[in-house]
Amino acid sequence: MKRSGRGAWPYLFLTPAITLFTLFLAVPIGYTVYLAMLRTKVSGLGLGKGARREVFVGFDNFAAALADAELWSGWLRVLGYGALVLAVMLGLALLFALLLDSARVRLARFTRIAIFLPYAVPGVAATLLWGFLYLPSLSPIRDVLDVDFLGATTVTYSMANVAVWGGVGFNMLVLYTTLRAIPRDLYEAARLDGASEFQIAVRVKIPILTPAIILTTVFSIIATVQVFTEPTTLRPLSNTISSTWSPLMKVYRDAFVTGDLYSAAATSIVIAAISLVLSFGFLRVVRNRAFGEG
Amino acid sequence: MATVSTAAHRRARAGRPVGAVPTALLLLGALYCLFPVCWVLIAATKSPGELFSTATLSFGTGFLDNVAELFAYRDGVFWLWAGNTLLYAGGGALLSTAVSAVSGYTLAKYRFPGRDAIFNLLIGGILVPAVVLAIPQYLLFSKIGLADSHWAVLLPQILHPYSIYLARIYAAAAIPDSLLEAGRIDGAGEWRLMSRVAMPLMVPGMVTIFLFQFVAIWNNFLLPFIMLGDDGKFPLTVGLYTLLAAGANQPALYNLILTGALLSIVPLIALFLTMQRYWKTDLSSGAVK
Repeated sequence: MKRSGRGAWPYLFLTPAITLFTLFLAVPIGYTVYLAMLRTKVSGLGLGKGARREVFVGFDNFAAALADAELWSGWLRVLGYGALVLAVMLGLALLFALLLDSARVRLARFTRIAIFLPYAVPGVAATLLWGFLYLPSLSPIRDVLDVDFLGATTVTYSMANVAVWGGVGFNMLVLYTTLRAIPRDLYEAARLDGASEFQIAVRVKIPILTPAIILTTVFSIIATVQVFTEPTTLRPLSNTISSTWSPLMKVYRDAFVTGDLYSAAATSIVIAAISLVLSFGFLRVVRNRAFGEG
Repeated sequence: MATVSTAAHRRARAGRPVGAVPTALLLLGALYCLFPVCWVLIAATKSPGELFSTATLSFGTGFLDNVAELFAYRDGVFWLWAGNTLLYAGGGALLSTAVSAVSGYTLAKYRFPGRDAIFNLLIGGILVPAVVLAIPQYLLFSKIGLADSHWAVLLPQILHPYSIYLARIYAAAAIPDSLLEAGRIDGAGEWRLMSRVAMPLMVPGMVTIFLFQFVAIWNNFLLPFIMLGDDGKFPLTVGLYTLLAAGANQPALYNLILTGALLSIVPLIALFLTMQRYWKTDLSSGAVK
Protein backbone atom coordinates (compact mmCIF):
# COMPACT_ATOMS: atom_id res chain seq x y z
CA MET A 1 0.00 0.00 0.00
CA LYS A 2 2.49 2.58 -1.08
CA ARG A 3 0.21 4.51 -3.32
CA SER A 4 -2.60 6.46 -1.77
CA GLY A 5 -6.23 6.83 -2.87
CA ARG A 6 -7.69 5.76 -6.17
CA GLY A 7 -10.41 8.36 -6.28
CA ALA A 8 -13.88 7.12 -5.52
CA TRP A 9 -13.20 3.42 -6.11
CA PRO A 10 -12.54 2.36 -2.49
CA TYR A 11 -15.77 4.02 -1.41
CA LEU A 12 -17.65 2.41 -4.26
CA PHE A 13 -16.31 -1.02 -3.31
CA LEU A 14 -17.38 -0.45 0.29
CA THR A 15 -20.86 0.79 -0.59
CA PRO A 16 -22.61 -2.60 -0.19
CA ALA A 17 -21.09 -3.19 3.25
CA ILE A 18 -21.81 0.34 4.43
CA THR A 19 -25.38 0.22 3.12
CA LEU A 20 -26.05 -3.09 4.85
CA PHE A 21 -24.40 -1.79 8.01
CA THR A 22 -26.65 1.27 8.01
CA LEU A 23 -29.88 -0.58 7.25
CA PHE A 24 -29.46 -3.65 9.41
CA LEU A 25 -27.19 -2.46 12.20
CA ALA A 26 -27.14 1.29 12.72
CA VAL A 27 -30.83 1.99 12.11
CA PRO A 28 -32.08 -0.94 14.25
CA ILE A 29 -29.74 0.07 17.10
CA GLY A 30 -30.95 3.65 16.92
CA TYR A 31 -34.53 2.45 16.81
CA THR A 32 -34.00 0.26 19.89
CA VAL A 33 -32.57 3.18 21.84
CA TYR A 34 -35.53 5.31 20.76
CA LEU A 35 -38.07 2.64 21.76
CA ALA A 36 -36.35 2.10 25.09
CA MET A 37 -37.11 5.68 26.05
CA LEU A 38 -40.82 5.51 25.35
CA ARG A 39 -43.77 4.10 27.21
CA THR A 40 -47.45 3.76 26.44
CA LYS A 41 -49.48 6.11 28.52
CA VAL A 42 -53.09 5.18 29.05
CA SER A 43 -55.53 7.89 29.97
CA GLY A 44 -59.01 7.24 31.30
CA LEU A 45 -60.12 3.68 30.63
CA GLY A 46 -57.77 3.31 27.71
CA LEU A 47 -60.65 3.21 25.29
CA GLY A 48 -61.19 5.27 22.20
CA LYS A 49 -58.88 7.25 20.02
CA GLY A 50 -56.05 9.07 21.71
CA ALA A 51 -56.47 7.27 24.99
CA ARG A 52 -53.21 5.40 24.45
CA ARG A 53 -50.23 7.56 23.62
CA GLU A 54 -46.52 7.01 23.41
CA VAL A 55 -44.76 9.29 25.82
CA PHE A 56 -41.07 9.97 26.32
CA VAL A 57 -39.90 8.68 29.68
CA GLY A 58 -36.12 8.98 29.39
CA PHE A 59 -34.32 6.34 31.41
CA ASP A 60 -37.34 5.04 33.31
CA ASN A 61 -37.45 1.77 31.37
CA PHE A 62 -33.78 1.13 32.08
CA ALA A 63 -34.37 1.78 35.75
CA ALA A 64 -37.30 -0.63 35.66
CA ALA A 65 -35.18 -3.25 33.87
CA LEU A 66 -32.45 -2.91 36.48
CA ALA A 67 -34.96 -3.24 39.29
CA ASP A 68 -36.82 -6.19 37.79
CA ALA A 69 -36.54 -9.17 40.13
CA GLU A 70 -37.49 -11.66 37.42
CA LEU A 71 -34.70 -10.37 35.25
CA TRP A 72 -32.22 -10.55 38.11
CA SER A 73 -32.99 -14.17 38.75
CA GLY A 74 -32.51 -14.71 35.01
CA TRP A 75 -29.10 -13.05 35.25
CA LEU A 76 -28.13 -15.23 38.18
CA ARG A 77 -29.15 -18.39 36.32
CA VAL A 78 -27.21 -17.32 33.23
CA LEU A 79 -24.22 -16.33 35.35
CA GLY A 80 -24.06 -19.80 36.89
CA TYR A 81 -24.72 -21.49 33.58
CA GLY A 82 -22.25 -19.26 31.74
CA ALA A 83 -19.43 -19.74 34.25
CA LEU A 84 -19.88 -23.50 33.98
CA VAL A 85 -20.01 -23.48 30.17
CA LEU A 86 -17.02 -21.17 29.79
CA ALA A 87 -14.83 -23.05 32.25
CA VAL A 88 -15.61 -26.54 31.00
CA MET A 89 -15.86 -25.74 27.28
CA LEU A 90 -12.70 -23.63 27.05
CA GLY A 91 -10.83 -25.90 29.45
CA LEU A 92 -11.60 -28.94 27.31
CA ALA A 93 -10.89 -27.02 24.10
CA LEU A 94 -7.47 -26.03 25.42
CA LEU A 95 -6.73 -29.54 26.65
CA PHE A 96 -7.71 -31.16 23.34
CA ALA A 97 -5.79 -28.58 21.30
CA LEU A 98 -2.63 -29.15 23.37
CA LEU A 99 -3.00 -32.94 23.19
CA LEU A 100 -3.49 -32.84 19.42
CA ASP A 101 -0.48 -30.62 19.02
CA SER A 102 1.81 -32.78 21.11
CA ALA A 103 3.49 -35.20 18.78
CA ARG A 104 2.63 -38.26 20.79
CA VAL A 105 -0.98 -39.14 20.04
CA ARG A 106 -2.49 -41.80 17.81
CA LEU A 107 -5.62 -41.25 15.74
CA ALA A 108 -5.10 -37.48 15.90
CA ARG A 109 -6.93 -36.86 12.64
CA PHE A 110 -9.95 -38.96 13.58
CA THR A 111 -10.33 -37.45 17.05
CA ARG A 112 -9.89 -33.90 15.71
CA ILE A 113 -12.66 -34.39 13.17
CA ALA A 114 -14.92 -36.14 15.68
CA ILE A 115 -14.56 -33.39 18.28
CA PHE A 116 -15.23 -30.67 15.68
CA LEU A 117 -18.27 -32.50 14.30
CA PRO A 118 -20.90 -31.07 16.71
CA TYR A 119 -20.14 -27.65 15.22
CA ALA A 120 -22.12 -28.84 12.20
CA VAL A 121 -25.16 -29.59 14.35
CA PRO A 122 -27.60 -26.66 14.78
CA GLY A 123 -28.28 -25.61 18.38
CA VAL A 124 -31.92 -26.62 18.03
CA ALA A 125 -30.99 -30.10 16.83
CA ALA A 126 -28.27 -30.47 19.48
CA THR A 127 -30.70 -29.52 22.24
CA LEU A 128 -33.29 -31.85 20.80
CA LEU A 129 -30.87 -34.79 20.67
CA TRP A 130 -29.64 -34.26 24.20
CA GLY A 131 -33.17 -33.50 25.37
CA PHE A 132 -34.28 -36.93 24.18
CA LEU A 133 -31.18 -38.47 25.71
CA TYR A 134 -32.28 -36.95 29.03
CA LEU A 135 -35.78 -38.48 28.83
CA PRO A 136 -36.19 -41.52 31.09
CA SER A 137 -38.23 -43.42 28.50
CA LEU A 138 -35.57 -43.16 25.78
CA SER A 139 -32.23 -42.53 27.35
CA PRO A 140 -29.50 -45.16 27.32
CA ILE A 141 -27.73 -42.92 29.86
CA ARG A 142 -30.62 -43.28 32.30
CA ASP A 143 -30.14 -47.06 32.20
CA VAL A 144 -26.72 -46.59 33.73
CA LEU A 145 -27.06 -43.38 35.69
CA ASP A 146 -30.19 -42.82 37.72
CA VAL A 147 -30.33 -39.04 37.64
CA ASP A 148 -33.25 -36.81 36.72
CA PHE A 149 -31.50 -34.64 34.15
CA LEU A 150 -34.44 -32.29 33.80
CA GLY A 151 -35.01 -31.56 37.49
CA ALA A 152 -35.04 -28.07 38.95
CA THR A 153 -31.33 -27.98 39.80
CA THR A 154 -29.96 -30.50 37.31
CA VAL A 155 -31.49 -28.80 34.27
CA THR A 156 -28.83 -26.07 34.36
CA TYR A 157 -26.08 -28.67 34.15
CA SER A 158 -27.93 -30.51 31.41
CA MET A 159 -28.22 -27.33 29.40
CA ALA A 160 -24.58 -26.45 30.00
CA ASN A 161 -23.69 -29.90 28.67
CA VAL A 162 -25.47 -29.11 25.38
CA ALA A 163 -23.56 -25.84 25.03
CA VAL A 164 -20.22 -27.47 25.88
CA TRP A 165 -20.89 -30.27 23.41
CA GLY A 166 -21.72 -27.82 20.64
CA GLY A 167 -18.90 -25.37 21.34
CA VAL A 168 -15.84 -27.32 22.37
CA GLY A 169 -14.86 -28.31 18.81
CA PHE A 170 -14.88 -24.84 17.32
CA ASN A 171 -12.82 -23.39 20.16
CA MET A 172 -10.44 -26.30 19.99
CA LEU A 173 -9.95 -25.63 16.28
CA VAL A 174 -9.17 -21.94 16.87
CA LEU A 175 -6.55 -22.81 19.49
CA TYR A 176 -5.14 -25.74 17.53
CA THR A 177 -4.75 -23.63 14.37
CA THR A 178 -2.85 -21.04 16.38
CA LEU A 179 -0.58 -23.74 17.81
CA ARG A 180 0.22 -25.14 14.36
CA ALA A 181 1.42 -21.73 13.21
CA ILE A 182 4.19 -21.67 15.84
CA PRO A 183 7.61 -22.64 14.49
CA ARG A 184 8.59 -26.09 15.77
CA ASP A 185 12.18 -25.00 16.46
CA LEU A 186 10.93 -23.24 19.55
CA TYR A 187 9.97 -26.57 21.12
CA GLU A 188 13.13 -28.29 19.97
CA ALA A 189 15.16 -25.68 21.83
CA ALA A 190 13.09 -26.26 24.97
CA ARG A 191 13.49 -30.03 24.60
CA LEU A 192 17.24 -29.74 24.30
CA ASP A 193 17.15 -27.83 27.56
CA GLY A 194 15.48 -30.86 29.09
CA ALA A 195 11.88 -29.63 29.25
CA SER A 196 9.16 -32.29 29.29
CA GLU A 197 6.10 -32.18 26.98
CA PHE A 198 4.03 -31.00 29.92
CA GLN A 199 6.47 -28.21 30.78
CA ILE A 200 6.54 -27.12 27.13
CA ALA A 201 2.75 -27.00 27.09
CA VAL A 202 2.53 -24.92 30.25
CA ARG A 203 5.60 -22.69 29.86
CA VAL A 204 5.75 -22.20 26.10
CA LYS A 205 2.47 -23.02 24.40
CA ILE A 206 -0.06 -21.54 26.79
CA PRO A 207 1.64 -18.12 26.90
CA ILE A 208 1.70 -18.03 23.09
CA LEU A 209 -1.96 -19.06 23.03
CA THR A 210 -3.07 -16.34 25.42
CA PRO A 211 -4.42 -13.90 22.80
CA ALA A 212 -6.35 -16.72 21.12
CA ILE A 213 -7.71 -17.84 24.48
CA ILE A 214 -8.87 -14.30 25.26
CA LEU A 215 -10.47 -14.09 21.81
CA THR A 216 -12.41 -17.33 22.21
CA THR A 217 -13.37 -16.36 25.75
CA VAL A 218 -14.83 -13.04 24.69
CA PHE A 219 -16.77 -14.62 21.82
CA SER A 220 -18.08 -17.25 24.21
CA ILE A 221 -19.10 -14.61 26.75
CA ILE A 222 -21.05 -12.68 24.10
CA ALA A 223 -22.80 -15.88 23.03
CA THR A 224 -23.52 -17.04 26.57
CA VAL A 225 -24.92 -13.74 27.80
CA GLN A 226 -27.64 -14.02 25.16
CA VAL A 227 -28.41 -17.71 25.54
CA PHE A 228 -31.82 -18.39 24.02
CA THR A 229 -31.95 -21.40 21.70
CA GLU A 230 -31.06 -24.10 24.23
CA PRO A 231 -33.51 -23.18 27.02
CA THR A 232 -36.26 -22.38 24.50
CA THR A 233 -35.86 -25.73 22.75
CA LEU A 234 -35.61 -27.67 26.00
CA ARG A 235 -38.76 -26.07 27.42
CA PRO A 236 -41.25 -28.45 25.74
CA LEU A 237 -39.42 -31.37 27.39
CA SER A 238 -39.12 -29.96 30.88
CA ASN A 239 -41.47 -28.01 33.10
CA THR A 240 -38.60 -26.63 35.18
CA ILE A 241 -37.62 -23.98 32.61
CA SER A 242 -39.68 -20.83 32.92
CA SER A 243 -40.48 -18.56 29.99
CA THR A 244 -38.07 -16.02 31.51
CA TRP A 245 -35.25 -18.46 32.26
CA SER A 246 -32.64 -16.29 30.54
CA PRO A 247 -32.69 -12.48 30.07
CA LEU A 248 -33.11 -12.86 26.32
CA MET A 249 -36.12 -15.11 26.83
CA LYS A 250 -37.62 -12.35 28.96
CA VAL A 251 -36.98 -9.87 26.14
CA TYR A 252 -38.73 -12.20 23.72
CA ARG A 253 -41.69 -12.63 26.05
CA ASP A 254 -41.99 -8.89 26.70
CA ALA A 255 -41.85 -8.08 23.01
CA PHE A 256 -43.98 -10.80 21.48
CA VAL A 257 -46.15 -12.31 24.19
CA THR A 258 -47.05 -9.46 26.51
CA GLY A 259 -46.47 -6.83 23.83
CA ASP A 260 -44.39 -4.45 25.93
CA LEU A 261 -41.88 -3.41 23.29
CA TYR A 262 -40.46 -0.59 25.35
CA SER A 263 -39.37 -2.80 28.23
CA ALA A 264 -38.03 -5.34 25.75
CA ALA A 265 -35.96 -2.66 24.04
CA ALA A 266 -34.56 -1.38 27.34
CA THR A 267 -33.71 -4.89 28.54
CA SER A 268 -32.00 -5.78 25.28
CA ILE A 269 -29.84 -2.66 25.60
CA VAL A 270 -28.89 -3.69 29.13
CA ILE A 271 -27.88 -7.12 27.78
CA ALA A 272 -25.87 -5.47 25.00
CA ALA A 273 -24.20 -3.11 27.45
CA ILE A 274 -23.07 -6.01 29.60
CA SER A 275 -21.65 -7.78 26.53
CA LEU A 276 -19.91 -4.59 25.44
CA VAL A 277 -18.28 -4.02 28.79
CA LEU A 278 -16.98 -7.58 28.68
CA SER A 279 -15.71 -7.09 25.15
CA PHE A 280 -13.39 -4.14 25.74
CA GLY A 281 -10.41 -6.43 26.07
CA PHE A 282 -11.34 -8.09 22.80
CA LEU A 283 -10.83 -5.04 20.59
CA ARG A 284 -7.37 -4.64 22.02
CA VAL A 285 -6.57 -8.23 21.16
CA VAL A 286 -7.85 -7.85 17.59
CA ARG A 287 -5.72 -4.77 17.07
CA ASN A 288 -2.56 -6.31 18.47
CA ARG A 289 -3.06 -9.55 16.67
CA ALA A 290 -3.55 -8.66 13.07
CA PHE A 291 -3.51 -4.99 12.34
CA GLY A 292 -0.08 -3.88 13.29
CA GLU A 293 0.39 -3.74 9.51
CA GLY A 294 -1.53 -0.41 9.27
CA MET B 1 -8.81 -27.68 9.42
CA ALA B 2 -5.16 -26.91 9.70
CA THR B 3 -3.31 -28.72 7.02
CA VAL B 4 0.13 -27.44 7.85
CA SER B 5 2.30 -30.51 7.72
CA THR B 6 5.96 -29.92 7.23
CA ALA B 7 8.78 -32.39 7.22
CA ALA B 8 9.74 -31.14 10.66
CA HIS B 9 6.33 -32.12 11.98
CA ARG B 10 6.59 -35.60 10.61
CA ARG B 11 10.03 -36.09 12.04
CA ALA B 12 8.83 -34.90 15.41
CA ARG B 13 5.88 -37.27 15.23
CA ALA B 14 7.92 -40.31 14.30
CA GLY B 15 10.65 -39.77 16.86
CA ARG B 16 8.83 -40.13 20.15
CA PRO B 17 6.79 -42.92 21.73
CA VAL B 18 3.04 -42.70 21.61
CA GLY B 19 1.45 -41.50 24.82
CA ALA B 20 -1.38 -43.75 25.94
CA VAL B 21 -3.00 -41.23 28.26
CA PRO B 22 -3.22 -38.34 25.74
CA THR B 23 -4.61 -40.70 23.10
CA ALA B 24 -7.16 -42.09 25.55
CA LEU B 25 -8.27 -38.60 26.59
CA LEU B 26 -8.77 -37.56 22.98
CA LEU B 27 -10.69 -40.76 22.25
CA LEU B 28 -12.96 -40.04 25.21
CA GLY B 29 -13.59 -36.57 23.80
CA ALA B 30 -14.34 -38.04 20.39
CA LEU B 31 -16.73 -40.56 21.94
CA TYR B 32 -18.56 -37.81 23.83
CA CYS B 33 -18.92 -35.75 20.64
CA LEU B 34 -20.01 -38.65 18.43
CA PHE B 35 -22.37 -40.28 20.91
CA PRO B 36 -25.56 -38.19 20.34
CA VAL B 37 -25.07 -38.27 16.56
CA CYS B 38 -24.66 -42.05 16.53
CA TRP B 39 -27.61 -42.41 18.86
CA VAL B 40 -29.96 -40.42 16.62
CA LEU B 41 -28.67 -42.34 13.61
CA ILE B 42 -29.84 -45.53 15.28
CA ALA B 43 -32.97 -44.13 16.90
CA ALA B 44 -34.24 -42.78 13.57
CA THR B 45 -34.31 -46.31 12.17
CA LYS B 46 -36.80 -47.45 14.76
CA SER B 47 -40.54 -47.61 14.39
CA PRO B 48 -42.56 -45.91 17.17
CA GLY B 49 -42.98 -49.31 18.87
CA GLU B 50 -39.32 -50.27 18.64
CA LEU B 51 -38.16 -46.90 19.94
CA PHE B 52 -39.30 -47.71 23.46
CA SER B 53 -38.88 -51.47 23.47
CA THR B 54 -35.64 -52.45 21.70
CA ALA B 55 -32.09 -52.05 22.95
CA THR B 56 -30.69 -48.58 22.47
CA LEU B 57 -27.86 -49.58 20.21
CA SER B 58 -29.66 -51.99 17.91
CA PHE B 59 -30.96 -50.73 14.60
CA GLY B 60 -34.70 -50.83 14.00
CA THR B 61 -36.68 -51.61 10.89
CA GLY B 62 -38.70 -48.44 10.47
CA PHE B 63 -36.31 -45.96 8.85
CA LEU B 64 -38.01 -45.76 5.46
CA ASP B 65 -41.42 -45.60 7.08
CA ASN B 66 -40.21 -42.79 9.32
CA VAL B 67 -38.86 -40.84 6.36
CA ALA B 68 -42.05 -41.39 4.38
CA GLU B 69 -44.14 -40.34 7.36
CA LEU B 70 -41.99 -37.23 7.89
CA PHE B 71 -42.32 -36.19 4.26
CA ALA B 72 -46.07 -36.74 4.41
CA TYR B 73 -46.36 -34.72 7.63
CA ARG B 74 -48.70 -31.77 7.03
CA ASP B 75 -48.56 -32.14 3.23
CA GLY B 76 -44.78 -32.26 3.05
CA VAL B 77 -43.96 -29.14 5.03
CA PHE B 78 -40.58 -30.67 5.91
CA TRP B 79 -39.53 -30.34 2.25
CA LEU B 80 -40.40 -26.67 2.37
CA TRP B 81 -38.31 -26.20 5.50
CA ALA B 82 -35.36 -27.92 3.87
CA GLY B 83 -35.73 -25.81 0.72
CA ASN B 84 -36.03 -22.61 2.74
CA THR B 85 -32.93 -23.46 4.75
CA LEU B 86 -30.99 -24.06 1.56
CA LEU B 87 -32.18 -20.73 0.19
CA TYR B 88 -31.34 -18.80 3.36
CA ALA B 89 -28.00 -20.48 3.98
CA GLY B 90 -26.88 -20.81 0.36
CA GLY B 91 -28.07 -17.43 -0.89
CA GLY B 92 -27.14 -15.62 2.29
CA ALA B 93 -23.65 -17.11 2.47
CA LEU B 94 -23.00 -16.40 -1.22
CA LEU B 95 -23.97 -12.73 -0.92
CA SER B 96 -22.18 -12.44 2.39
CA THR B 97 -18.98 -13.86 0.94
CA ALA B 98 -19.08 -11.49 -2.03
CA VAL B 99 -19.62 -8.43 0.18
CA SER B 100 -16.95 -9.54 2.66
CA ALA B 101 -14.35 -10.30 -0.02
CA VAL B 102 -14.75 -6.98 -1.82
CA SER B 103 -14.76 -5.04 1.46
CA GLY B 104 -11.78 -6.96 2.85
CA TYR B 105 -9.80 -6.41 -0.35
CA THR B 106 -10.58 -2.68 -0.34
CA LEU B 107 -9.66 -2.25 3.31
CA ALA B 108 -6.41 -4.19 2.88
CA LYS B 109 -5.19 -2.79 -0.41
CA TYR B 110 -6.30 0.84 -0.62
CA ARG B 111 -5.36 3.77 1.51
CA PHE B 112 -8.01 6.45 1.62
CA PRO B 113 -9.42 8.99 4.05
CA GLY B 114 -11.76 7.35 6.54
CA ARG B 115 -10.45 3.83 5.98
CA ASP B 116 -9.67 3.12 9.62
CA ALA B 117 -12.90 4.71 10.79
CA ILE B 118 -14.94 2.59 8.38
CA PHE B 119 -13.07 -0.55 9.38
CA ASN B 120 -13.51 0.09 13.10
CA LEU B 121 -17.18 0.79 12.59
CA LEU B 122 -17.77 -2.38 10.58
CA ILE B 123 -15.71 -4.49 13.01
CA GLY B 124 -17.57 -2.99 15.95
CA GLY B 125 -20.55 -4.88 14.55
CA ILE B 126 -19.00 -8.11 15.89
CA LEU B 127 -19.70 -6.86 19.37
CA VAL B 128 -23.36 -6.03 18.81
CA PRO B 129 -25.37 -8.90 20.23
CA ALA B 130 -28.12 -10.26 17.98
CA VAL B 131 -30.61 -9.43 20.70
CA VAL B 132 -30.49 -5.65 20.19
CA LEU B 133 -31.02 -6.13 16.48
CA ALA B 134 -33.64 -8.82 16.15
CA ILE B 135 -36.62 -6.95 17.62
CA PRO B 136 -36.10 -3.59 15.87
CA GLN B 137 -35.30 -5.44 12.65
CA TYR B 138 -38.63 -7.20 13.00
CA LEU B 139 -40.45 -3.94 13.65
CA LEU B 140 -38.75 -2.17 10.76
CA PHE B 141 -39.50 -5.05 8.39
CA SER B 142 -43.12 -4.95 9.58
CA LYS B 143 -43.32 -1.26 8.72
CA ILE B 144 -42.39 -1.91 5.12
CA GLY B 145 -44.59 -5.00 5.03
CA LEU B 146 -41.72 -7.48 4.67
CA ALA B 147 -41.76 -9.21 8.07
CA ASP B 148 -42.78 -12.82 7.59
CA SER B 149 -41.16 -12.90 4.15
CA HIS B 150 -38.04 -14.69 2.91
CA TRP B 151 -36.31 -11.31 2.63
CA ALA B 152 -36.65 -10.69 6.35
CA VAL B 153 -34.45 -13.70 7.09
CA LEU B 154 -32.09 -13.35 4.13
CA LEU B 155 -31.15 -9.67 4.14
CA PRO B 156 -30.09 -9.09 7.79
CA GLN B 157 -27.62 -12.00 7.58
CA ILE B 158 -25.59 -10.73 4.62
CA LEU B 159 -23.41 -8.31 6.54
CA HIS B 160 -21.06 -10.32 8.69
CA PRO B 161 -18.34 -8.22 10.33
CA TYR B 162 -16.13 -11.13 11.28
CA SER B 163 -16.03 -12.29 7.65
CA ILE B 164 -14.89 -8.82 6.59
CA TYR B 165 -12.16 -9.05 9.20
CA LEU B 166 -11.08 -12.47 7.87
CA ALA B 167 -11.25 -11.27 4.27
CA ARG B 168 -9.04 -8.31 5.08
CA ILE B 169 -6.40 -10.55 6.65
CA TYR B 170 -6.60 -12.92 3.71
CA ALA B 171 -6.38 -10.17 1.10
CA ALA B 172 -3.40 -8.60 2.85
CA ALA B 173 -1.54 -11.93 2.72
CA ALA B 174 -2.70 -13.34 -0.62
CA ILE B 175 -2.59 -10.37 -3.00
CA PRO B 176 0.89 -8.95 -3.70
CA ASP B 177 0.94 -5.17 -4.10
CA SER B 178 3.38 -5.60 -6.97
CA LEU B 179 0.78 -7.50 -8.96
CA LEU B 180 -1.72 -4.67 -8.59
CA GLU B 181 0.93 -2.13 -9.52
CA ALA B 182 1.86 -4.13 -12.60
CA GLY B 183 -1.79 -4.25 -13.58
CA ARG B 184 -2.08 -0.50 -13.20
CA ILE B 185 1.00 0.08 -15.33
CA ASP B 186 -0.59 -2.12 -17.98
CA GLY B 187 -3.56 0.21 -17.85
CA ALA B 188 -6.10 -1.97 -16.04
CA GLY B 189 -8.85 -0.07 -14.25
CA GLU B 190 -9.65 -0.53 -10.57
CA TRP B 191 -12.80 -2.54 -11.28
CA ARG B 192 -10.89 -4.87 -13.55
CA LEU B 193 -8.11 -5.27 -10.98
CA MET B 194 -10.65 -6.15 -8.33
CA SER B 195 -12.69 -8.59 -10.41
CA ARG B 196 -9.95 -10.19 -12.51
CA VAL B 197 -6.84 -10.04 -10.32
CA ALA B 198 -7.82 -9.76 -6.66
CA MET B 199 -10.96 -11.90 -6.47
CA PRO B 200 -9.47 -15.01 -8.15
CA LEU B 201 -6.55 -14.88 -5.70
CA MET B 202 -9.00 -14.72 -2.81
CA VAL B 203 -11.01 -17.81 -3.77
CA PRO B 204 -9.57 -20.20 -1.14
CA GLY B 205 -10.25 -17.67 1.60
CA MET B 206 -13.70 -17.05 0.20
CA VAL B 207 -14.54 -20.76 0.38
CA THR B 208 -13.70 -20.72 4.10
CA ILE B 209 -15.79 -17.59 4.67
CA PHE B 210 -18.66 -19.14 2.70
CA LEU B 211 -18.58 -22.33 4.76
CA PHE B 212 -18.60 -20.55 8.12
CA GLN B 213 -21.42 -18.26 7.00
CA PHE B 214 -23.38 -21.16 5.53
CA VAL B 215 -23.22 -23.03 8.84
CA ALA B 216 -24.01 -19.89 10.86
CA ILE B 217 -27.15 -19.15 8.82
CA TRP B 218 -28.18 -22.81 8.66
CA ASN B 219 -27.94 -22.98 12.46
CA ASN B 220 -29.59 -19.62 13.19
CA PHE B 221 -32.73 -19.90 15.25
CA LEU B 222 -33.45 -16.52 16.85
CA LEU B 223 -33.87 -14.40 13.71
CA PRO B 224 -36.27 -16.65 11.76
CA PHE B 225 -38.07 -17.50 15.01
CA ILE B 226 -38.80 -13.81 15.54
CA MET B 227 -39.38 -12.81 11.91
CA LEU B 228 -41.60 -15.57 10.61
CA GLY B 229 -45.15 -16.54 11.40
CA ASP B 230 -46.04 -18.60 8.34
CA ASP B 231 -44.58 -22.08 8.76
CA GLY B 232 -44.22 -22.43 4.99
CA LYS B 233 -41.28 -20.02 5.22
CA PHE B 234 -39.59 -21.61 8.23
CA PRO B 235 -36.06 -22.94 8.01
CA LEU B 236 -35.36 -26.40 9.45
CA THR B 237 -34.33 -25.07 12.88
CA VAL B 238 -37.63 -23.31 13.53
CA GLY B 239 -39.53 -26.17 11.88
CA LEU B 240 -37.87 -28.70 14.17
CA TYR B 241 -38.69 -26.55 17.16
CA THR B 242 -42.39 -26.43 16.25
CA LEU B 243 -42.32 -30.17 15.63
CA LEU B 244 -40.85 -30.70 19.10
CA ALA B 245 -43.25 -28.23 20.74
CA ALA B 246 -46.17 -30.08 19.13
CA GLY B 247 -44.90 -33.58 19.80
CA ALA B 248 -43.10 -33.41 23.15
CA ASN B 249 -46.10 -34.82 24.94
CA GLN B 250 -46.95 -37.38 22.27
CA PRO B 251 -44.38 -40.20 22.27
CA ALA B 252 -46.01 -41.43 19.05
CA LEU B 253 -44.44 -38.45 17.30
CA TYR B 254 -40.93 -38.99 18.69
CA ASN B 255 -39.78 -41.07 15.73
CA LEU B 256 -40.85 -38.24 13.42
CA ILE B 257 -38.93 -35.65 15.44
CA LEU B 258 -35.81 -37.83 15.61
CA THR B 259 -35.89 -38.53 11.88
CA GLY B 260 -36.32 -34.80 11.21
CA ALA B 261 -33.35 -34.01 13.46
CA LEU B 262 -31.20 -36.58 11.69
CA LEU B 263 -32.12 -35.37 8.20
CA SER B 264 -31.43 -31.77 9.16
CA ILE B 265 -27.88 -32.49 10.30
CA VAL B 266 -26.84 -34.90 7.55
CA PRO B 267 -26.24 -32.25 4.84
CA LEU B 268 -24.05 -30.16 7.14
CA ILE B 269 -22.01 -33.14 8.29
CA ALA B 270 -21.51 -34.15 4.66
CA LEU B 271 -20.40 -30.64 3.73
CA PHE B 272 -18.13 -30.64 6.69
CA LEU B 273 -16.44 -33.95 5.92
CA THR B 274 -15.98 -33.25 2.21
CA MET B 275 -14.60 -29.74 2.64
CA GLN B 276 -12.07 -30.64 5.36
CA ARG B 277 -9.20 -28.52 4.16
CA TYR B 278 -11.17 -25.28 4.10
CA TRP B 279 -12.22 -25.43 7.74
CA LYS B 280 -9.59 -23.23 9.27
CA THR B 281 -9.84 -20.25 11.48
CA ASP B 282 -6.59 -18.47 10.77
CA LEU B 283 -6.66 -17.20 7.22
CA SER B 284 -3.31 -15.45 7.41
CA SER B 285 -1.29 -18.65 7.74
CA GLY B 286 -2.68 -20.49 4.74
CA ALA B 287 -2.45 -17.67 2.27
CA VAL B 288 1.20 -17.02 1.65
CA LYS B 289 2.44 -20.61 1.42
